[in-house]
Amino acid sequence: MLNIQHLSVSYGTRRALHDVSLTVESGEALALIGPNGSGKSTLVRAVSGVIPVQGGEVHVDGLDVLAAPSMQRARVMAVVPQAASLPPAFTVMETVLLGRTPYLNFLGHASDADEEIARRALQRVDALELQERPVGELSGGEQQRVLLARALAQSTPILLLDEPTSHLDLHHQVGLLELVRALVREERLAVLITLHDLNLAARYADRVALLVEGRVTAQGTPEQVLEAGLISQAYQLPVSVVPNPMDGSPLVLPRSPLPPGQTGR
Amino acid sequence: MRPYLYVSLALIFAILLSLAIGSVFIPPRDLLAVLAAWLSGEALTGRLATYGFIIASIRLPRTVLVALTGAALGTSGGAYQGLFRNPLADPYLIGVASGAALGAVIAMSVRWPYTFWGLMAVPLAAFIAGLLTVFLVYTAARVGKTVPTTNLILAGVAFGSFATALTSFLMLRSTGEVRRALGWLMGGASQTGWLPVLGILPYLLLGLGVLLLSGHTLNLLQFGDEQAGQMGLPVGRAKNVILAAASMATAAAVAFSGVIGFIGLIVPHVMRMWWGGDYRRLLPLSLIGGAVALLLADVLARVLLAPQELPVGIVTALAGAPFFLWVLRRAKNQGYW
Repeated sequence: MLNIQHLSVSYGTRRALHDVSLTVESGEALALIGPNGSGKSTLVRAVSGVIPVQGGEVHVDGLDVLAAPSMQRARVMAVVPQAASLPPAFTVMETVLLGRTPYLNFLGHASDADEEIARRALQRVDALELQERPVGELSGGEQQRVLLARALAQSTPILLLDEPTSHLDLHHQVGLLELVRALVREERLAVLITLHDLNLAARYADRVALLVEGRVTAQGTPEQVLEAGLISQAYQLPVSVVPNPMDGSPLVLPRSPLPPGQTGR
Repeated sequence: MRPYLYVSLALIFAILLSLAIGSVFIPPRDLLAVLAAWLSGEALTGRLATYGFIIASIRLPRTVLVALTGAALGTSGGAYQGLFRNPLADPYLIGVASGAALGAVIAMSVRWPYTFWGLMAVPLAAFIAGLLTVFLVYTAARVGKTVPTTNLILAGVAFGSFATALTSFLMLRSTGEVRRALGWLMGGASQTGWLPVLGILPYLLLGLGVLLLSGHTLNLLQFGDEQAGQMGLPVGRAKNVILAAASMATAAAVAFSGVIGFIGLIVPHVMRMWWGGDYRRLLPLSLIGGAVALLLADVLARVLLAPQELPVGIVTALAGAPFFLWVLRRAKNQGYW
């Protein structure tokens, strides 16, 4: 279980995150939504310990993640980064094997068992046939699956995904999120995923948290958070929410902005 | 394993060439006879005794020094490129060379006694000034607990220009030693005898040893500091260790061989184009490749204008640049970097 408590982050004098508290249970996907600059990526970076925090704590099953050495942290928490530019010269297999780093010595010699874990991770994301290819030759969707496989090779109970769908077409967006949901259900992972697309969040997340200017302004089921008033206010745009005809999940439809002076309600 | 085989064969060839060629040419058969006699412990007679003396007292120490210098430049060049994720990085990027040059020129302006420490004064001053410059650059580039790469490069360029200006000023003011300093700056003051080899060895063993063990770390850093940290690398400490090791190896090489351009830039690139970007393989290959490249350049420097000797730094650039452009044109793998 991932437990984030009272997390605060500043860039210089600007507060990027303000007293954020969230929990994610294993077997559950929490989608983090919010307008650009609301702090979604900052939260992922802070929770994964790569930027300094001004206050707050992150715990995974009793381990104080931010105080732990990076090796130990990487054994409980893996990150799928935002549309990363991958070093093109590495092969897919070499890239995924680097996910085994927290279990290797500093020379990074991977055992047969490590290679088997990497192969299984590639199989899980349906990319085993890519293993010998240089990463630079892959499409955006394939690269994203490789990054997910690398995170899975870390064998962690917690998975953080930062805008994993932002550079993918519709087909690959849905494919990736179906895969993430399957991992949550079958491997009982606790997944924190930041998403731009509210409707994908509604369809694939068990719970949703809305981040506005560094604060969590709402969290709960998709039905509770993806509510016209909350969303209109957060995004400064009038929206309508209707039930999705396929599965009844909330479907957010933006309307034209109103002239200045009128509220979105 | 094939890449290692190729560079090792090239190294053996380069060493034999470097032992054979000079003001006195030693025919291959005699060279092998001398080496065979040494290995079996036999005494040398006649012509072979003369050759044996030349090889043992002049050529061998010089060959070893040149090979070590090339190895240091090739390896630290590869490490800097990986550390900064910048294809333009070379061993001198963050000011080692300009700092060392300043130290050397200052030391040259003093009349040292002809003793051990007098002879060692210039390389020692170069070594210390080089490391001091890196330390100053590092301190200036620091923001809180992190050292952003861009800051490091910019501070290195600024300190480098400052030190170079001071060096030029001192050389304008001084009189007799200018030629010697100029020769050193172009990478020509390859000293003879075993003293420089012994002087360079501890720093090289330490620096290069650490770098050769850093392949996996450099691989992780290719994904950027954040991803490397998320995969479990203690990024700040790892980068400091590599920076220190590469700087120490470079400073030691510069101290005894002068400023030799191009080896540290092109050798890692050629290895990368031919055999890929995995740093666990790239660094050892750059080590051997750097030794080969500098040995060949040094042989050319000895023969091109014989009996006069060219500064090897001129040869590395004159021969290295066209060779590099040729490799670049032929590179099959477009996305090699």
